[in-house]
Amino acid sequence: MADNIGPDGETLLGIYRRAALLKANDERSRKVITTGRLVMPYYSYRGQEIIPSALCASLTDDDYLVTIYRGIHDMLAKGMPLNDLWAEIAGRVDGTCKGKGGPMHLTYPKKGIMVTTGIVGSSMPIANGLAWGSQLSGNNRVAVATFGDGASNIGAFHESLNMAAVWKLPVIFLCQNNLYGEHTAYEKATSAKQIADRAAGYSIPGVRVDGNDPVEMYRMAREAIDRARAGEGPTLIEAMTFRFHGHVFGDADGYMDKAQKAAAMEADPVPRLRRKLIDEGIATEEQLAQIEADIEESIDAAVEFALASPLPELSELTTDVYGEAA
Amino acid sequence: MSDTLTSEKPAAAKVAQVTMLQAINQAIADAMEADEHVVVLGEDVADPEEGGVVGVTKGLSGRFGEKRVRSTPIAEQAIIGAAIGASLVGYKPVAEIMLMNFTTVAMDMIVNHAAKLRFMSGGQTHVPIVIRTMTGTGFSSGGQHCDYLEAWFAHTAGMKVVAPSNPADAYGLMRAAINDPDPVLYIENMPSYWMKGDSFDADHIVPLGKAAVAKEGGDVTIVSYSRTLNEALGAVKAMEAAGVSAEIIDLRTISPWDEDTVLASAAKTGRLLIAHEAVEKHGMGAEIAAVASTKLFGKLKAPVARLGAPYAPVPFSKPLEDAFAPNAKRIAEAAISLCK
Ligand SMILES: Cc1ncc(C[n+]2csc(CCOP(=O)(O)OP(=O)(O)O)c2C)c(N)n1
Ligand SMILES: [Mg+2]
Repeated sequence: MADNIGPDGETLLGIYRRAALLKANDERSRKVITTGRLVMPYYSYRGQEIIPSALCASLTDDDYLVTIYRGIHDMLAKGMPLNDLWAEIAGRVDGTCKGKGGPMHLTYPKKGIMVTTGIVGSSMPIANGLAWGSQLSGNNRVAVATFGDGASNIGAFHESLNMAAVWKLPVIFLCQNNLYGEHTAYEKATSAKQIADRAAGYSIPGVRVDGNDPVEMYRMAREAIDRARAGEGPTLIEAMTFRFHGHVFGDADGYMDKAQKAAAMEADPVPRLRRKLIDEGIATEEQLAQIEADIEESIDAAVEFALASPLPELSELTTDVYGEAA
Repeated sequence: MSDTLTSEKPAAAKVAQVTMLQAINQAIADAMEADEHVVVLGEDVADPEEGGVVGVTKGLSGRFGEKRVRSTPIAEQAIIGAAIGASLVGYKPVAEIMLMNFTTVAMDMIVNHAAKLRFMSGGQTHVPIVIRTMTGTGFSSGGQHCDYLEAWFAHTAGMKVVAPSNPADAYGLMRAAINDPDPVLYIENMPSYWMKGDSFDADHIVPLGKAAVAKEGGDVTIVSYSRTLNEALGAVKAMEAAGVSAEIIDLRTISPWDEDTVLASAAKTGRLLIAHEAVEKHGMGAEIAAVASTKLFGKLKAPVARLGAPYAPVPFSKPLEDAFAPNAKRIAEAAISLCK
């Protein structure tokens, strides 16, 4: 691996800014749901923050993202504004999708957030199409599909990797391996020792990386993005991570190994990056505290903005089903 | 004299009598010529692969290049996914799913994604794709290669569904489908590919959602589409011999279907028969019958009738297959008995 691709201190600080936002936003989401102010299916991404935070250090607003129900971390890292996000998950007219998509279908093309799917495995075929669009127009944009470990067992994964390989599409398949698919542990569902190995079946590069390590994650993502931009085709990245709070909000985690979970939470990647920034002299305690205070303030404002935003008119039930024929 | 002549719109070039297959091919070619964002993908669609199993896309990659006309792996989810993704960023993909039964393995992409992204994104994105697919009994292909599944897609909000019965409509509906801002399923009947029809203008557009009166009549309205429409036309002689004058409506677009034209005709004749090749139960006929029965309650002289295939998979053995889809004879019998 080329050593000169960083990340430098400024990039690491940028990764931390995103990761701190993601962490705080997840904590607030669970709190707001617990107190009954909002009702929704919520798939916590707590523990997986570093992956998109490091990925997005090398993406532009024009690059495409297709993410999944457990994907609010991906969207925030890609630049979805907090107000629009919160208004959407509150089902309000000021939401990204006028309240018609909800937490599993947040969409924000202005920042390249093209599709969010609630169907396991379905991010990949569509990301291929976005990448095909880039290839056709030669606009140099890459597409990233994120998905879970469980999704690597569904047909769409295999169809997509094969097509992307044959067509040399500028796409990155980013698997966030949190060791569980719903309640089922990785080994009980997945034949491959590691998902990255599956890339070999499609003659594309496949790498397993510690997704909780910002340096490793940044470098692997950067290499894959550079490769895609250079017209050298797709990459499968398997980013190892852990899901702190079960599959969906309210899940009591009875099926999880308690020691494994405790160890993962003990190694929480976000405070770990925070310590690293201070230890390496990249940022001061005061600087980081200020960043975190600003984040809390912007989330406060977003929650209030969302709850003050009007609910949609019932006429919205039948709008946006079809467009106007030209 | 010469002034009036020159001020008139020059007559569009006429397309000579062509087959269904040629009409579809020409419509795609003309759309590709008119808009560089129109692209074609599917199994075997490019010329090195012979332009599709039946040759509907023959010549397109030779003319427009294999970048715009791309043969794909046999991977229907990946095909529709690629079409969806490209459509989100400004392309107008025409995707071929070789046979209608093969849409089953791409249903997630079609139903959960293509049909819904406009709504779920609050109108921020939309999916202007055409999914071409062929089907129809008559080739002894048995239970998995010739179903009419249009009702599934018509039942999916966000999808449009069209099914031409003649070359002019095949051309005009394809042009309209490619221009449309939403996903359109375009159903081609296999045995009709080599059927010739009337000539038409080269820029002929058939707006989606508009039925056509294929034949006027006064005693009974027969609504149909795709190949069955031609069976209905083939039933005219027998009906006339029995003193029955049928008005035959070619629905052309199955969803959204043209209620105005159908109801106006049924109100006029007082009798309505819907005929299609799909199994009768839970089919498109049920939807039309329900709407007509509600909106024309008290105005009809007979209960609305439906004629479709039996509630069974398509059989292989020839006499069974021949008896499966409604034909001219059964349509005539049904219409005549409705008028008794
Ligand atoms: C096609 C499909 N099957 C099942 C489900 C129900 N489901 C939702 S999430 C999930 C687990 C997916 O696990 P994984 O891919 O590892 O992603 P993670 O949730 O761990 O991020 C399942 C089975 C679904 N949404 N879609
Ligand atoms: Mg998982």
